[in-house]
Amino acid sequence: MKKAIITVVGKDTVGIIAKVCTYLAEHKINILDISQTIVQDYFNMMMIVDTNQSDVDFDTVVDALAALGEEIGVVIKCQREDIFDMMHRI
Amino acid sequence: MGRNMINIHEVNETNKMIEKENLDVRTITLGISLLDCIDSDLSKLKEKIYKKITETAKDLVATGQEIEKEFGIPIVNKRISVTPIALVGGSACKTPEDFAEIAVTLDEAAKKVGVNFLGGYSALVAKGMTHADELLIRSIPLALSKTDFVCSSVNLGSTKTGINMDAVKLMGEIVKETAEYTKDNDSLGCAKLVVFCNAPDDNPFMAGAFHGVTEADKIINVGVSGPGVVKTALEQVRGENFEVLCETIKKTAFKVTRVGQLVAKEASRMLDIPFGIIDLSLAPTPAVGDSVADILTEIGVEHPGAPGTTAALALLNDQVKKGGVMASSYVGGLSGAFIPVSEDQGMIDAVECGCLTLEKLEAMTCVCSVGLDMIAIPGDTKATTISGIIADEMAIGMVNQKTTAVRIIPVIGKGVGETVEFGGLLGYAPIMPVNSFSCDNFVNRGGRIPAPIHSFKN
Repeated sequence: MKKAIITVVGKDTVGIIAKVCTYLAEHKINILDISQTIVQDYFNMMMIVDTNQSDVDFDTVVDALAALGEEIGVVIKCQREDIFDMMHRI
Repeated sequence: MGRNMINIHEVNETNKMIEKENLDVRTITLGISLLDCIDSDLSKLKEKIYKKITETAKDLVATGQEIEKEFGIPIVNKRISVTPIALVGGSACKTPEDFAEIAVTLDEAAKKVGVNFLGGYSALVAKGMTHADELLIRSIPLALSKTDFVCSSVNLGSTKTGINMDAVKLMGEIVKETAEYTKDNDSLGCAKLVVFCNAPDDNPFMAGAFHGVTEADKIINVGVSGPGVVKTALEQVRGENFEVLCETIKKTAFKVTRVGQLVAKEASRMLDIPFGIIDLSLAPTPAVGDSVADILTEIGVEHPGAPGTTAALALLNDQVKKGGVMASSYVGGLSGAFIPVSEDQGMIDAVECGCLTLEKLEAMTCVCSVGLDMIAIPGDTKATTISGIIADEMAIGMVNQKTTAVRIIPVIGKGVGETVEFGGLLGYAPIMPVNSFSCDNFVNRGGRIPAPIHSFKN
């Protein structure tokens, strides 16, 4: 399974998760896990997703989510899970 | 049962390192052997070199960019190292000018594939110089003045062979001449020229990278960095004892190196080129927060150079290695803390406030990787004095069985109190005073310094 981590950081506003999820659903990217916290009014969300069935390549997802973030006024990053796994799991 | 899933705090920690603490992969360096390009005809040789480099490295930059995007980690430099050119050009080159033509070809190849630097305009003369070695060395000033991205290095000694003092003497003159050739550019040529003792065959960092003859046809070596990450981690343990301090550095070095390991493996897979080593050096840049000097001040000295600095650097270097070796099975290159002056704002400040001198820097090089690095000195410094500085540094490497290096810039037309601007990653530097007592009689003796007693291990 090709897993990726999507993070959303920014000022909390209505519909952030909905917009991200809509994009993911449209491109057959399955959400495995979602967690979120609010730190000092800042919305901080992380999703673990499976990109195996994705109908677009990874680069496109990264760019599209970044653009979506700009639209909403938050920062959305999509990174392959390996970087976190390598750093935090022996 | 698989591993626990990554949690939001771990994700945030990693991304904070990247976004706020300058965690990056400093370089992916593609080593390319040019031994199969050797030809006695100079134009054929140049053609083969250009073809081999541009074909082997054609996807290097794009691959680096793709990895940056997929993992969300900056890869600052994409570079190439090649077989020491003295070995490759020996048959074709009859004059220093012939060798310089190869440098121009290397520069063209580097530009074609879009890398930041290409290293390996080098000669390995730890014990003696061949005719080709000497021609290459004599061509360095011309070669570096005619090229933009070519880096040059010369290995002048080793623990096994001793120090080639004839070559040390010559290199003092060559450093001076390189400064003259590039004086319109603040003697920038010297920033791309380094001399070594115990030069490693697989170092991915510039200016000293070359692809050693012990290496495969092509190889991927990766240099990781992250002084800002170490500094931030240490802010959390202010006032704690040395055990806590060392544990913190080790854990951080482990995390940083793991990222390098991931990037190296991925680059190797994508380019279908074997993975060589991870170099887990703490390499500063002029950017704020990307400083090794700041780690030393966080450990507890007011500025680098204050009493205690050498001990602080020694423990830092050792913990970086200890943390890093568990993160990758193949650690190589230089691996430790770099202490260049012009590339580290904290070092520059320490020099400017009078805390850090050339002599203290020399002492610090006994316990860290590399050596006297990116130090600007007065343009009227004598060639023999530069040779003397080089000889001292080579002796430290030889006796301590470690790599040492000198990258020193006599800035023509400038003196103590003035500054020199190199730009980009090379930064700027205040010109440091040099001990002006003579070492002419020492440098002019000729011959070589024998290998130390502890080199006889057979």
